[in-house]
Amino acid sequence: MSGLRVELRGIAKRYSGVAALQDVSVSIAGGEIHALVGENGAGKSTLGRIIGGAVSPDEGEILIDGRPVRLRSPRDAIEAGVALIDQELALAPEMSVLDNVFLGFERHHAGWLDRAAQRARYEQLAHRLGLEVSPRTRVGELRMADQQKVEVLRAMVRGARLIVMDEPTAALSRVEAQRLLQVARDVRAEGTTIVFVSHFLADVLAISDTITVLKDGRHIKTVPAEGQTEDLLVTSMLGRPLDKLFPEPRLKTREAPFVLEVRGLTRRPAFEDVSFGVRSGEIVGVAGLVGSGRSEVAHAVFGADRPDSGEILIGGTRVRPRSPRDMVRAGVALLPESRKEQGLVMLRSVLDNVMLAHSDAASTVGVLRPGAQREAARRVLSGVDVRMASTSLPVSALSGGNQQKVALAKWLVAQPRLLIADEPTRGVDVGARRAIYDLLVDLADRGVGVLVISSELDEVLGLAHRVLVMRAGRLVAEYPRARAEEAVVMRAAFGGTAGEGTEAGPPASHEGSHAYAEHV
Amino acid sequence: MQSTSEQLLAEGEARAQAVEPAGSGGAQRNAARFGRALARFVKEYAIVVVVVVMFIVLAATSDVFLTWTNISNILEQIAPIGLLAGALTFVTIAGEFDLSAGAIAVLIGIIAGKLQPLVGTWPSLGLAVVCAIGFGLINGTIIQKARINSFVTTLATSLILAGIGLVITGGFLVTVAEPSFADLGSGSFLGLQWSVYLLIAFFVLGSLILSRTTFGRWLYAVGGNPEAARLSGVSVQRVKIIVFGISGLAAGIAGAVLVSRTGTGQSGDGITQTLAAFAAVVVGGTSLRGGQGSLWRTALGVVFLGLITNAFNLLAIDPIYQSIVQGAIVLVAVGADALTRRRAG
Repeated sequence: MSGLRVELRGIAKRYSGVAALQDVSVSIAGGEIHALVGENGAGKSTLGRIIGGAVSPDEGEILIDGRPVRLRSPRDAIEAGVALIDQELALAPEMSVLDNVFLGFERHHAGWLDRAAQRARYEQLAHRLGLEVSPRTRVGELRMADQQKVEVLRAMVRGARLIVMDEPTAALSRVEAQRLLQVARDVRAEGTTIVFVSHFLADVLAISDTITVLKDGRHIKTVPAEGQTEDLLVTSMLGRPLDKLFPEPRLKTREAPFVLEVRGLTRRPAFEDVSFGVRSGEIVGVAGLVGSGRSEVAHAVFGADRPDSGEILIGGTRVRPRSPRDMVRAGVALLPESRKEQGLVMLRSVLDNVMLAHSDAASTVGVLRPGAQREAARRVLSGVDVRMASTSLPVSALSGGNQQKVALAKWLVAQPRLLIADEPTRGVDVGARRAIYDLLVDLADRGVGVLVISSELDEVLGLAHRVLVMRAGRLVAEYPRARAEEAVVMRAAFGGTAGEGTEAGPPASHEGSHAYAEHV
Repeated sequence: MQSTSEQLLAEGEARAQAVEPAGSGGAQRNAARFGRALARFVKEYAIVVVVVVMFIVLAATSDVFLTWTNISNILEQIAPIGLLAGALTFVTIAGEFDLSAGAIAVLIGIIAGKLQPLVGTWPSLGLAVVCAIGFGLINGTIIQKARINSFVTTLATSLILAGIGLVITGGFLVTVAEPSFADLGSGSFLGLQWSVYLLIAFFVLGSLILSRTTFGRWLYAVGGNPEAARLSGVSVQRVKIIVFGISGLAAGIAGAVLVSRTGTGQSGDGITQTLAAFAAVVVGGTSLRGGQGSLWRTALGVVFLGLITNAFNLLAIDPIYQSIVQGAIVLVAVGADALTRRRAG
């Protein structure tokens, strides 16, 4: 069986009046890996979901192997041989791997499960895809990459000859992502067509045969992957060459007072004996692998987790935070890692979100002053350059980049002394990214101490005056900007011989099992 | 029949596309956009539309409906359930449940009845309501400090409260003979019972708290995304404990109104009242997921269910069907909510 050939003609889709796709025509050859790329909001996911049958287009037609089809439901899609692996996996975490793989397509005799047949088919497929877990394992216990593989297996059990994968590597570490790309290649080798939706251009270039670039819901180009580079792709995604990505960091003085000092901070098993300082006006970057304890340190400094021991000093005064509330009062702000889960109340308005941390600022003994509230919100929103019709719109109506700006604006109602930005540009498109960097540099210029934690090494190196490296819960090295080179920082993070800085701590126990999510 | 209509539709579509693809596409698009806007409006204000329609229908079909006696009767009847529903609205916005509101109301009646001969009418009612706030705060504290799910906690405390009532009364009725005891529930001012003023005062004050205070903002945030609220420096625990205190207060007032009206307290778990109040919250359109909703919605939900009861009386429909109708309405309300949510997503 060969992979399905897909022909899209004049596809258009609107969401509440806003065009997500306009007149998109693309041909996808049978058995190829065809990547869809574009900025957030370019329409790549929507197009992927249309091919996968999860979304119906408003206009246009879809031809599969030359025959026009209408995929009205996931069931239609499955019958047509199309499987969609969504960003949010559709697995039942409490059920076993085997049950998940065969869910809805159980092998049975008159309703009695044919467990032997299922087992045999599973072994056969799992072997081919290199999934080395017991079929009896609960899916919830698997690592993300293995859960992705379970989805792929499920697609194969259903006889899919076209698999649409929406951002499959977004939640994976570098090493896991590499394994998943190998799975995609293996699936292609079986003759199955793959539509690969991703904003990780390195991944796209590594596996695709053909690349389609979308911008603002329109088709820009479809080209063979051969001969493409990240720069070329970014240029067509933006419609202009990428400006210099990072603003010039300015540092007025090296002798400014510390806004934050941390001494011997420990919270086992996440991190141990961490000591560092952030000066007023300084941007300090924290590099380290996922799971090295970076975010955990941030949460402890912010009072969200209680440390076992150690001291935290804000502006030279020792504090013992019992809750984030205490730290907010002390002038500390945290832009958390996940804006949907930790940063914003998605159901509520932009106004409510912006004023949440400082609702006291425009109120009298607990009673809000509506005019003052709107005024304060408008002031900080224009400061972060978010434009919208009304601040009473739900924050969920904004794009990812604007949501992140709102999450940041919330901390600017009263200027903080220290801003901790954990993955400040995660899920933010290239255009808005620069705007957020500008804001961080601006804040530092105004005397705020900024602590930037990021999995994107470029970001840490591009922004920080000083780079700290964490590994396996310990602070293992520190470099001034001039000496913070990619290779050196990487080596320190992975636990090779750190050439300079303060080498310390035991070697990482899970070396190499996590990795940078940056675009290598 | 269905297949014929489908065929017709398909043909119509095909013809439209064949004849004038661009123009008809535009018209279809406009129609679709209008349809979506209409659906959004109906979803948002369904309860308003339904109450207005119900009002007009009753006014047209019954001569008695629009009389002052009837209207004030309806308001007096819905007052206790309305107060309970107000209590539950706060708790629901916070993303929690309170199954014990009815039990608190019942026990407060017993406490007030027992205290009346000892301390007099108004002190007994006042003290009972203070107890109710205490019960609510205890609920909230258990839920927050012991981290037990609120559904389970309040199920348990409602059993305990019912048990305490049984212990206090020994299974007998608590009857208050003092005539002034009836003032709160039956006394009136400008043609309306005091209980109606209490109801209105609670809803007005509650609405102001929800929309105009920092506590209100925190409440919606805590219900919508507790982690984001916590990381914004909001004390989630404190907000939730206070919300159960407010729930206790409203339940206590409801209990005081009821005992004053009947002059007797009797032990029980009040679950029927809790569920009826809960139905009003849901019919009003406050979402069980938390972080959304408002008191005006609940007020209309209460009025709507009150109008249905009234319709059964006025139109002389056998009241044995009443709970079937109410149940069906709750299903429609929740179903419509789920359906529009699925469309949007």
